[in-house]
Amino acid sequence: MNALNAAPGSRDHRALRFLTAGSVDDGKSTLIGRLLFDSRAILADQIDTLEKRALGTSAASNGPGFDLSLLTDGLEAEREQGITIDVAYRYFATRKRKFIIADAPGHEQYTRNMVTAAAGSDAAVVLVDITKLDTLASPLTLLPQTRRHALLAALLRVPSIVFAVNKLDAATDPAQAYGAVRKALLDFAAEAGIAVAGVVPVSALRGDNVTQRLDASWYQGPSLLQLLEELPATQERRSGDLLLPVQYVARDGDGGGEGTGKQPRTLWGRIAQGGVKAGDAVELLPSGQRAVVAQVRLAGNAVDEAGAGQSAGVVLDRQLDVSRGDWIVTPGSVRETRRFTATLAWLDVEPAAIGRKYWVRHGNRWVQARISAIESVLDIHTLKATDAHQLVVNEIGTVVIETQQALPVRAYEANRVGGALIIVDPSTNRTSGALLVKAVH
Amino acid sequence: MNAPLSIQNLLPELDHSHLDWLEEEAIFILRETVAAFERPALLFSGGKDSCVVLRLAEKAFKSRGEAQGQFKGRLPFPLLHVDTGHNFPEVLAFRDRRIAEMGERLLVGHLEDSMRRGTVRLSHALESRNGHQTVALLEAIEEQKFDVLMGGARRDEEKARAKERIFSHRDSFGQWQPKEQRPELWTLFNTRIKPGEHMRAFPISNWTELDVWLYIAREKIPLPSLYFAHPRKVMRRKGLLVPLTEVTPALPGESVETAEVRFRTVGDMTCTCPVESTAETATDIVAETLKVTVSERGATRMDDRTSDASMERRKKEGYF
Repeated sequence: MNALNAAPGSRDHRALRFLTAGSVDDGKSTLIGRLLFDSRAILADQIDTLEKRALGTSAASNGPGFDLSLLTDGLEAEREQGITIDVAYRYFATRKRKFIIADAPGHEQYTRNMVTAAAGSDAAVVLVDITKLDTLASPLTLLPQTRRHALLAALLRVPSIVFAVNKLDAATDPAQAYGAVRKALLDFAAEAGIAVAGVVPVSALRGDNVTQRLDASWYQGPSLLQLLEELPATQERRSGDLLLPVQYVARDGDGGGEGTGKQPRTLWGRIAQGGVKAGDAVELLPSGQRAVVAQVRLAGNAVDEAGAGQSAGVVLDRQLDVSRGDWIVTPGSVRETRRFTATLAWLDVEPAAIGRKYWVRHGNRWVQARISAIESVLDIHTLKATDAHQLVVNEIGTVVIETQQALPVRAYEANRVGGALIIVDPSTNRTSGALLVKAVH
Repeated sequence: MNAPLSIQNLLPELDHSHLDWLEEEAIFILRETVAAFERPALLFSGGKDSCVVLRLAEKAFKSRGEAQGQFKGRLPFPLLHVDTGHNFPEVLAFRDRRIAEMGERLLVGHLEDSMRRGTVRLSHALESRNGHQTVALLEAIEEQKFDVLMGGARRDEEKARAKERIFSHRDSFGQWQPKEQRPELWTLFNTRIKPGEHMRAFPISNWTELDVWLYIAREKIPLPSLYFAHPRKVMRRKGLLVPLTEVTPALPGESVETAEVRFRTVGDMTCTCPVESTAETATDIVAETLKVTVSERGATRMDDRTSDASMERRKKEGYF
């Protein structure tokens, strides 16, 4: 029953977290509303509230008596302004899987919301509104926002990217329209180097091919929901060297201690890569001290071993000075550095300042750091790098970071935990930027 | 073109395995909270969500004892309850019994103390005290100098909560600023605060009501008896079943009947309503939850019904 004790590599039961990206009027809210409504995540009283509010608006067929997009309508503060200002999380489940939707508003100025939604997501669903395209043109021109959303998701290393070609109900020849848009999307993805997990035709309004497969001669693929059910959830590698950021050092009497003062301390942390078992030789960073693992624990129980993705408690064979923020690694496997190149998504209204001291968090450690150079900024429409010396809110660039202490950073592609950092403004404590490590110097 | 929906195909299977993932995430958040802050406390009302968080905290910070479900050791933080003075007596008795069994420390902030101090003034004697809890809560935080409070709020409960962070920053007035929320990236939580500010931490943000009941059933978590079906005197009012209590008397012309009911949420007596049910165990409740057509707060909370945005407004004032 307890999958935590299951053998490494056994079926993973994590929820699939996906973000939805689309521009205003692409039908994103209707699509999410459709997923929630068809999976019964929306309940009668919420529908009642919406029906009261929705008097006079258009209603979807094959659905409730109100506009499905209202299901995801947000805060009063947002309704006053008529815009969505923040990521909302939605939940639904099928027989196969639990899903978490990170619903990011689509406006261009809210790139930061898309960055927030993308960090940690397993998949991105990019909405393509077929009614905004000239499907008879050759070559067919995609909208800039479609390119931007897909490129951003790829840049942020979202593992699976799915295109949902929406408003099929409005196409006079859906077979031709879908075929043309699909070809344009795949051509663009190939050119941009984006791996595509699927191009799915849907009508969110009518419910076609969202939760129920489309029965059409020109489309034999899965429904959007079927595709999402089969996508892999992101897993850190269970093979390879151990990488364990120490999150919490349990004092005697909690976290596995017996309260007698005799129990050794337990070092808790979620394993970022590899695994750990009793008898393993380990190195502690930054001290460089070595020790042998005496015991491994999971949530209050002693276990034989623990692997990537699990929060493990490690008891060492000797008393060492270890604190939160340290790393437990395979001896000699990790090089620490004070300088690296990274992709920086800037999220703060105050522009990034070269040379200013910021706080950065890597793993569980906070250190001071500087942006020593801004090498380029990405044109958000073409994602071409252009020379720059400044980075303002919603911009993404390539920067060189220098930290006050050496850190065991990895390239983000190789390990998400070792390659991700946040930048915090020391005067406001705002989360100002997200860093994805490209190369270690 | 579209086949009629088969409810059967859309129901989650009664598979416990995704609970392991949710449990791991919650324990990770609890340890993060205790490691990153100086003076944490756990909100504990005796309600089902706080009972789940309490069990997760035991798993995060204690070791297994000899007997099934028993843990050794003590949590590295106290529990805090804001008592409106209108709590169901069964719930308070349960709360005190559990705390004694577990050997934990409980601090109680009394709304009636705030009323005596004059920081809370009711507009009439039987007004719902639920919204006023915020004042007593913030006073307890200030008095005890807590810098983080862990709570059992979930994002699926309500749309203001759907936008809530796992670590949610509160200014020195205890207020939530929805437009100023910090982006929350990966699990790199920004736990930095200034003196006088505090954080709220929500370890079961990603759980749904169904997940909570599945977990209660799997872990055999004790709950107050009123969560399970029992006969109770109620009045039918505006589509809700209002329990007959000393603070919620029958209105003129209303008839009182005895119905078989259970509570889906447990809060202030003046605003918490039961639903008709025959579910006697957590497993029965899972089965009922799968069939349910009314959301948790909609069926049971009079205070959330007043306006579409009432939770958002209360949250901005510092409510959970």
